[in-house]
Amino acid sequence: MLPEGHMLQFAWPWAWGKKGETLSMMTTAKRNHRLSSGLAVVAASLAIAACQPGEKQGRYVSINRDPFPSTYTPLPGKLTLIRNVTLLDGRGGKIADASLLMKDGKIQAFGKNVPAPDGALVIEGKGRWLTPGIIDVHSHLGVYPSPAVKSTSDGNEVGEPVTPDVWAEHSVWPQDAGFTRAMAGGVTSLEILPGSANLFGGRSVVLKNVPGRSVQDMKFPGAPYGLKMACGENPKRVYGGGRNNTSHRPSTNMGDVAGYRQAWADAQAYQRAWDKYDRDFKAGKDVLPPRRDLKMDTLAAVLRGDIRVQMHCYRADQMAVMMDVMKEFHYRIAAFHHAVEAYKIADKLRKNGICSAMWADWWGFKMEAYDGIRENIAFVHKAGACAIVHSDDPFGIQRLNQEAAKALADGRRAGLDISRADAWKWLSINPARALGIEARTGSIEVGKDADVVLWSGDPFSVYTKADMTFVDGAVVWDRHDRTHQPVADFELGQVGEGDVK
Amino acid sequence: MRSAIILAGMVLCALLLTAPVLADNYAITGGTAYTHGGRGKVERATVLISDGKIVSVIPDGKVPDGYERIDARGKWITVGFMVSATSLGLGEIGISADINDARSEKAKHTLGLDPADGYNPDSTLIPVTRIEGVTRASVNLTGGKDMWLGQGMVVNLGRGTDTIDRHRAYIGLDISEHGARTGGGSRPAMWDAIRAKFDAADPRTGRSQRKKGAEPDADVEALRGLFTHKAFLLVVANRTSDIRKVMALKQRYGFDVIVAGGAEAWRVADDLARARIPVVLNPLQNLPRSFDELGATGANAARLARAGVKVAFLAPDTHNARLLPQSAGNAVAMGMRWTDAVDAISVNPAEIFGIADHYGTLEKGMDADVVIWNGDPLEVMTSPDAVFVKGQAIPMRSRQTALRDRYETLTRSPQYRRLQ
Repeated sequence: MLPEGHMLQFAWPWAWGKKGETLSMMTTAKRNHRLSSGLAVVAASLAIAACQPGEKQGRYVSINRDPFPSTYTPLPGKLTLIRNVTLLDGRGGKIADASLLMKDGKIQAFGKNVPAPDGALVIEGKGRWLTPGIIDVHSHLGVYPSPAVKSTSDGNEVGEPVTPDVWAEHSVWPQDAGFTRAMAGGVTSLEILPGSANLFGGRSVVLKNVPGRSVQDMKFPGAPYGLKMACGENPKRVYGGGRNNTSHRPSTNMGDVAGYRQAWADAQAYQRAWDKYDRDFKAGKDVLPPRRDLKMDTLAAVLRGDIRVQMHCYRADQMAVMMDVMKEFHYRIAAFHHAVEAYKIADKLRKNGICSAMWADWWGFKMEAYDGIRENIAFVHKAGACAIVHSDDPFGIQRLNQEAAKALADGRRAGLDISRADAWKWLSINPARALGIEARTGSIEVGKDADVVLWSGDPFSVYTKADMTFVDGAVVWDRHDRTHQPVADFELGQVGEGDVK
Repeated sequence: MRSAIILAGMVLCALLLTAPVLADNYAITGGTAYTHGGRGKVERATVLISDGKIVSVIPDGKVPDGYERIDARGKWITVGFMVSATSLGLGEIGISADINDARSEKAKHTLGLDPADGYNPDSTLIPVTRIEGVTRASVNLTGGKDMWLGQGMVVNLGRGTDTIDRHRAYIGLDISEHGARTGGGSRPAMWDAIRAKFDAADPRTGRSQRKKGAEPDADVEALRGLFTHKAFLLVVANRTSDIRKVMALKQRYGFDVIVAGGAEAWRVADDLARARIPVVLNPLQNLPRSFDELGATGANAARLARAGVKVAFLAPDTHNARLLPQSAGNAVAMGMRWTDAVDAISVNPAEIFGIADHYGTLEKGMDADVVIWNGDPLEVMTSPDAVFVKGQAIPMRSRQTALRDRYETLTRSPQYRRLQ
């Protein structure tokens, strides 16, 4: 239902080119240019003599936007042809008796007649299905890993409700066996988020689902950061009543919203200070840069459009308020996560171009989830809004295909005509758009990353398993080959090491 | 046409809602029935239900007068499924909402706590669960104060007033890491307390005799049922060494035990089979979530069933109790036979929780918990077309379907009833 490139091309009439706050964003292009140079401190000419003759300038200071760069490299892959499969392209298309050729980590060709090049490994796929890899926009693997012991509880920086300065990647433990289980479930990319205790929980990180010795080895190259925010009762519960924070705030929904707004206002002031520094330096003045504030660094990056807001929000009324906060401060919410009541405002979500990342049927475990219905995903889809199936769970992430299947069946029972090919968008291209990686992955298109899954059969069946999971054309998981079933460090030498999982 | 279907549905619902709660005579014809869990396949079955009970399941059987005929051609028919060890009816939400009646943090005694004291058959979880084909459940506390989980019971999810099927069916005990933390701070400390309780109630030692004039010990009273085999002990254990302790308990005291959780039970599958100790497990548990569960694997259920252990399934949690068939389907995907997986949500829990004399199969005289499915009941895209509990047709309605119907078309103020 969504036009191709929907998330990217969406017009944000209020966000750009207006007077007032947006003036501070006009330097975005220049800043991005600096980002691409990748330097923490740029030595500028000591004196821009033309502007302020006689005044000696200090060094120009700019902020390194990528201090923890990805060291990801694809695993070794082979020239591989998979043939005779039922292929879902992740954009709504389905091809019977299809073949797909992967070369140098990319999708080289696919369709009805793709000949096997010399030296290609040919995988016979008769009776099997091939899809784009599943992308989970909501995971806590690594930050709430297995074992879930006190020592590994690294997902919520509880203490104060505004912590956009913390970055999930600094908590990710790459030895969480949950990553390998997710490979067996066909997950090729995932966003690791901080928890929802705080109004601003911190930065997320997008990973390719491959083993690594460090989180940087897994970081999806070029993927934008996300900012986790949380609506409603979680921040209230954690702080209300004076727990964890002597200021007792927030303890109400209105306290939550006041907290977001003040933080955004602070971020605007911070951005203005940096803009002024920029202007003054360029005018040749000898000026000191503003004092760096790691919280404001993240929030200002959201206001510039560099970081995507991923917002935990259950209730329809709360989401409606957040859409106004978004407009007030000229930023974008990429997706509401959980969005158990998205079906009540699916029209507004479509109009505002915000995705909803949902469970098929989880409900009731808290008051905000009490109005969950099984048709939520299908109704959001029906409204023409962007629907995503997410997990938020180390078990759910292993069978997101089944979650899509349930949502599809529920939609059909409610009279909606949804195809399997359409439903796969909930698992691939829609989440890719929400994360800003849709140019690289999320669908089967020539030139895209070869992130694909070969299923033992129809992936909308409970009995179907991922036979092989490919990331960038390399096998990360093979159900029939123990040498391609990664074992986490933690599992070594333990009961069950290397067992079927 | 769609609105006509909805209207017809609403009329049917209205009829069912206003009709007196009486069991009628139903004849379900033309479907494929499974009479004993996943076994006893009968094609073109005529399933006769009368007075709340199964009358017969016969291929191409005749429909006697006075039976309402339900066409089930192309459909699958099974017994209503049974989910194990939930907290259904003991709370709507729990977190920051209503009281959670499954908890025991502030209890004086824990061992004998009775979930019937908190059970609410009007909980919205019950219609939500039963319209998905799950019609029976065992219910126990989740504890909190120490390792004891009170006395478990079995309920049916019907609309009658007799929803408690078997009261005080079992005593729950959590000897996992979790129980040890709350019940003494370590396993040795917890076991010292556990043995003291059992020894005090053991009629063979004579220590259970109450002194004249002394107050009855509530815990001893509750434990007595174990020694008289009126109740059994459900023990939450995941680590192999803990599961061996459960076997030793059975040997020492002679009462009936079942293992719940059982993440590493596959490692002692033959011993469990020999000792006739059933295992109630979550087939999706395949992660080392704690140091008790390092050997967790999705193949657990398959391995236990093949070794001859009687297996039943836990749902992921109480609100998701309705996802039981999906869990069973995943057990099949991990190597369990389909018939064994269906057994694990029907005849097996009926036997394990002691209600097999009236529930669990579609044999003559059994309670008519019957579900008509639009396909393989373990498949994720399958759902029930009709559900009967104790012979009563269940309205296929819940708070969730009401919300669905209200928001199917978005209007400014959906709170007003739409006039057709």
